[in-house]
Amino acid sequence: MSEQISPIKTTCPYCGVGCGIEMQPKTQKNEIVWQALGDKVHPANYGKLCVKGSSVGETLSFSGRMLAPQVHGKAVDWEEAITFVADGFRKVIAEHGPDAVAFYVSGQLLTEDYYVANKLLKGFIGTANIDTNSRLCMASAVVGYKRAFGADAVPCSYEDLELADLVVLVGSNAAWAHPIVYQRLVAAKKERPQMKVVVIDPRRTATCDLADLHLPLKPGTDAALFNGLLSYLVASGSVDSDFIAEHTEGFKEACEMAQAELGTLSAVAATCELDEADLLTFFQWTVQLDRMVTLYSQGVNQSSSGVDKSNAIINCHLATGRIGRPGMGPFSITGQPNAMGGREVGGLANQLAAHMDFSSAEDIDRVARFWQARNMAQQNGLKAVDMFQAVAEGKIKAIWIINTNPVVSMPEADKVKAALQACGLVVVSDCMQNTDTTEVADVLLPALTWGETDGMVTNSDRTISRQRRFIDGPELARSDWWMLTQVAKKLGFADAFDYQTPADIFREHAELSGFENDGKRDFDISALAMISNEEYGAFSPMAWPINERFPKGCKRMFADGQFYTPNRKARFIAIQPRLPQNPTSETYPLILNTGRIRDQWHTMTRTAKTAKLMAHIDEPFIQVHPLDAEKYGVTEGCLARVHNDLGAFVGRVVVDAGQRQGSLFVPMHWTAQYASQARADVLVNATTDPLSGQPESKHSPVALEAYDVQWQGFALSRAELETSDFDYWIKIKGKSYFHYELAGKNLLKNDQAWSKLANFDQNLEGLEKVEYQDEATGTRRVAWLKDGQLELVVFVSEQQALPGRHWLGGLFSKQTLEARERFYLLAGQASGAKDEGRTICSCFSVGLNTLVEAIHSQRLSNVEAIGQALKAGTNCGSCIPELTEILDQELHVELH
Amino acid sequence: MSQKLVLIGSGMVGARFLERLLQQAPGQYDIRVFNKEPYGGYNRIMLSPVLAGETQLSDIMTHGPEWFHAHQIQLHTNCEIVEIDTEAQQVYTTDGESYPYDKLVMATGSEAAILPVPGAELNGVTGFRSISDVNRLMSLSQSHRRAVVIGGGLLGLEAANGLLQQGMDVTVVHRNPVLMNTQLDEVAGQLLLESLQDKGLCFELGANTRCILGHKSVSGVLLENGRLLPADLVVMAVGIRPNIRLGQKIGLQSQRALVVNEQLQTSSPNIYALGECVEFSGQTFGLVAPLYEQAEVLAAHLAGKKAAYRLSETATKLKVSGIELFSAGNFQETEQTESIVFKDLSRQVYRKIVLLNNRIQGLIAYGNVTGSKWLFEQLEQKKDVGPFRSTLAFGEGFAAVETIGAKA
Repeated sequence: MSEQISPIKTTCPYCGVGCGIEMQPKTQKNEIVWQALGDKVHPANYGKLCVKGSSVGETLSFSGRMLAPQVHGKAVDWEEAITFVADGFRKVIAEHGPDAVAFYVSGQLLTEDYYVANKLLKGFIGTANIDTNSRLCMASAVVGYKRAFGADAVPCSYEDLELADLVVLVGSNAAWAHPIVYQRLVAAKKERPQMKVVVIDPRRTATCDLADLHLPLKPGTDAALFNGLLSYLVASGSVDSDFIAEHTEGFKEACEMAQAELGTLSAVAATCELDEADLLTFFQWTVQLDRMVTLYSQGVNQSSSGVDKSNAIINCHLATGRIGRPGMGPFSITGQPNAMGGREVGGLANQLAAHMDFSSAEDIDRVARFWQARNMAQQNGLKAVDMFQAVAEGKIKAIWIINTNPVVSMPEADKVKAALQACGLVVVSDCMQNTDTTEVADVLLPALTWGETDGMVTNSDRTISRQRRFIDGPELARSDWWMLTQVAKKLGFADAFDYQTPADIFREHAELSGFENDGKRDFDISALAMISNEEYGAFSPMAWPINERFPKGCKRMFADGQFYTPNRKARFIAIQPRLPQNPTSETYPLILNTGRIRDQWHTMTRTAKTAKLMAHIDEPFIQVHPLDAEKYGVTEGCLARVHNDLGAFVGRVVVDAGQRQGSLFVPMHWTAQYASQARADVLVNATTDPLSGQPESKHSPVALEAYDVQWQGFALSRAELETSDFDYWIKIKGKSYFHYELAGKNLLKNDQAWSKLANFDQNLEGLEKVEYQDEATGTRRVAWLKDGQLELVVFVSEQQALPGRHWLGGLFSKQTLEARERFYLLAGQASGAKDEGRTICSCFSVGLNTLVEAIHSQRLSNVEAIGQALKAGTNCGSCIPELTEILDQELHVELH
Repeated sequence: MSQKLVLIGSGMVGARFLERLLQQAPGQYDIRVFNKEPYGGYNRIMLSPVLAGETQLSDIMTHGPEWFHAHQIQLHTNCEIVEIDTEAQQVYTTDGESYPYDKLVMATGSEAAILPVPGAELNGVTGFRSISDVNRLMSLSQSHRRAVVIGGGLLGLEAANGLLQQGMDVTVVHRNPVLMNTQLDEVAGQLLLESLQDKGLCFELGANTRCILGHKSVSGVLLENGRLLPADLVVMAVGIRPNIRLGQKIGLQSQRALVVNEQLQTSSPNIYALGECVEFSGQTFGLVAPLYEQAEVLAAHLAGKKAAYRLSETATKLKVSGIELFSAGNFQETEQTESIVFKDLSRQVYRKIVLLNNRIQGLIAYGNVTGSKWLFEQLEQKKDVGPFRSTLAFGEGFAAVETIGAKA
């Protein structure tokens, strides 16, 4: 009888929706297997989970994990690793000052880890050079909110999406990137079909399935569209004059700016390249339907004018007073599980801590006093793009990268890689041993990951939830806060970093949020400053602020029309729309858009571990409009290369009329661990929004061409293969095998990578080889088996089509292949032909099964009849005795 | 009044011809059959299983005297025709009796070719063609231990296997380095060699016979390479020689065999020939399938129907139990041909398909003959296999539509 273990409540490790999960342990063959179920009472998801979340239990294995601290490739103990890091940082600081060091952290860090990193750098090392991958995600939204509200406060709750009569999704493919938010919308619309959904996106995405209206605007013209809407609202007399007068400022200037260029419907339609009638429909709905939520994401944020785009959206909500009320508000949705937590602790270079900023000397002083800081930073640090630029220029000489993969995700990623390779000290803490970034590290620190460590995360609607530990990590892996405090202690700051548990850190963070706050700062969770370890352990999800006024949290902000500006009024921002910074040219005539796919998350370090999530889309692709495909000579399924001066991306072409002509889309996920050349961000210009520092990841001028290969193929292998010599390769995790897509620019006979793979068996004993060759078409197929079990199968061809991989993949779960399976193995598919059975008539190859079936179905009663029906026995006749025997037996059977 | 038809030889083809003629032209002919052997018709191909002890002589008798009687056919057994008067349209037996004919069909078959080497005439040197050969081999195998079979083709290997089953130590001497080289290539020949070695046969490949040693009775075989194989039984299986002495004697046109046209007609209008004694389009015959087709054509022709014989593809099998082998067409590769090769050698499975202009020209399947019937049909019908070339080697049952690159 196995021991009953209760489910553990925690929060999903993936996107910013922040769904509650119950991890349900099950005993299977004396092993505990964890199954993820939706937490029915969590306000983000009420029991629902998407495919990524529900398969998270399959990603818990230690395969590929970093298992020990390492210095220059050598495993060391923690003491030596920490000493090495602390000494390295101390030396750089002593020689070049604190601004010569930096931390680059992650929206996946837990709030407590984030808090310690921020405190160590800004309060004790004395620089604000801490930035986070959230810079790539929602930095523009942060600045937009701060400009409008005086604080980085998301006004809405998910519930508002369900209460709205008009939901406008701008630059958001929520169906794939935030599936549960999308599912909530689907359910709400089903219940209230009169609800209108508008999708504003250059691409027709999966999210458009739900849309009543899709506006495929010209990339980068979002601000113009919302300026146009503002003009329309004014012109149609639909603004809320009382709200504007009482609670806002700057309306007039904003309107004048909008009306100057976008005062007419036709001007807006022309600028955004939209159909006038569609535009009018949208504008009319915004007038008719009061409850309006605008949900925006990377399409708005990842832009050189991302902040202006957010404010153009917010302006429309302020003009109609659609904020702080049920079913209304400008709602920025984040991509990471704790992007919001990072914003709360001040984990961005242009924040201080707890929603305080370097722009205020009072704030700096207050935080310094609270921390008893020894070396308080006095000004903003370098934002991500500038930070890596400084690394490249040698200004930053030591960098600690925590749980993120900038060699993949930063714009101009190849330059980032080169910069890190040249940097004197690169420390990387991560849970995975092999990432594109760990490859360039001097020091590797093994981190605990989701399920192995405790802390808080905040989701897109300000709901703070617990992530809980329910399994042990690898023996030598540690929590990030622990590593940071160890280094802090080595640097001489032991007293300020004497935390024993994450709860200690959280209480301090909560206390700082309320420290000398008096309602001046939006982020206030001071009600949690005194929670006990037990209360911390049992903490139930709650949206901040959580203070004396809102002891149970607050779903919707600004219900009272009071904002966090000095005069408590929200600000309209006059927006002069700007087009993306890098226009197309003759050389680079296409615009590259990057984004997520449904079943992957970020750089695949977790999601690529499970076959289930690789099943939806398993190969990097280039989505092309049919006319562009024709123009640039690429076809569905062929390989193509997207390139510009910065780099290149090779993927398989998907021709899709939903793609805007002149624009390409590629997924952002693939890394050098999974693909030969599919890091989308090598193509992205390091062009940033001047206010937010967020890169313009969705608008890179590129060229497209066919990637000419002489052969294509695939390999399925029980063991991992070395594929780096192939011109094109993709690695995909299958259920009990690894799947590689391969292609080469040389003919097979000249392809060294292929020859190496073809001679795979030379190194291994006891392998049986099955092979197939059709020389004239350059087709080779090889399989290796061990004790009858499939080990490796490879199909390559210069001319021929390849079979599906599914049937072959299934053979890996078999102990031994049946004779039939083994025979059809190199056909790549099971034959629909019946199993003929043992050959009886050799002259005409008639098998026993065929005979038996014909005897019964055609009522054959003698050898002559068999001969007429199947020819069996009619040539040499040597099988006639056996035919007679079979007849006797079968007819005898029939009689009984 | 029915016409007189005389058939010389009631071997497999002769018997099949009679069956078809009775069906096609019932009562049209008054039929008389002369057979050198003391039987009616029997399945000569089954002599191998008889020798291997897998079946009995009585089981392979297909057309006994009672069958001839039942169909009102005069059967003369142990009776050879030695002369034909084409002018008078009469045949003469050894006994000097004569019989008239309106139509004469010669199905005199073939004899084992005997190597012209010294000692070929010794006792204990035999062919493997008839029931009497089998009887002789079976009785000799009881009193002798060591046999040498000269010729590693289809018949030689079947004979060797038969003698092995009878308990003899058997060595096969084959001139070509590849066994059954008419039907197999090197790889398949090697697999066959290994299987037969496993069964207990010994081989001398790429070896020519210099002479057969012995005084009265055979005592051994000396090879060109100097090796001496002790033997007290030697089976010659180096091929067949069409039996055309009678035809030549009466001046029928012949080259390697009696030349016939599409109606199996010899150079003498009322004389037809069938089977291993004929030459058509420069080809002679040794396998049964095309001969049965000849029988069909001739029966139809003599029934007054329009019929013409055409060369067709043939397939070969080896009657050695436990060995799966299929060979058809021409598997010789040239600069114009393209080959598809499948090997699972650790399971003794091999397959080669030779294509010419995307049509199957020849195929060999060894160890696993699944789908070879279907492949043979593609060969016979000269089908363009381009659309399903990528799965062709594995037989039928595959979806023809495939996608390039992308997966299912």
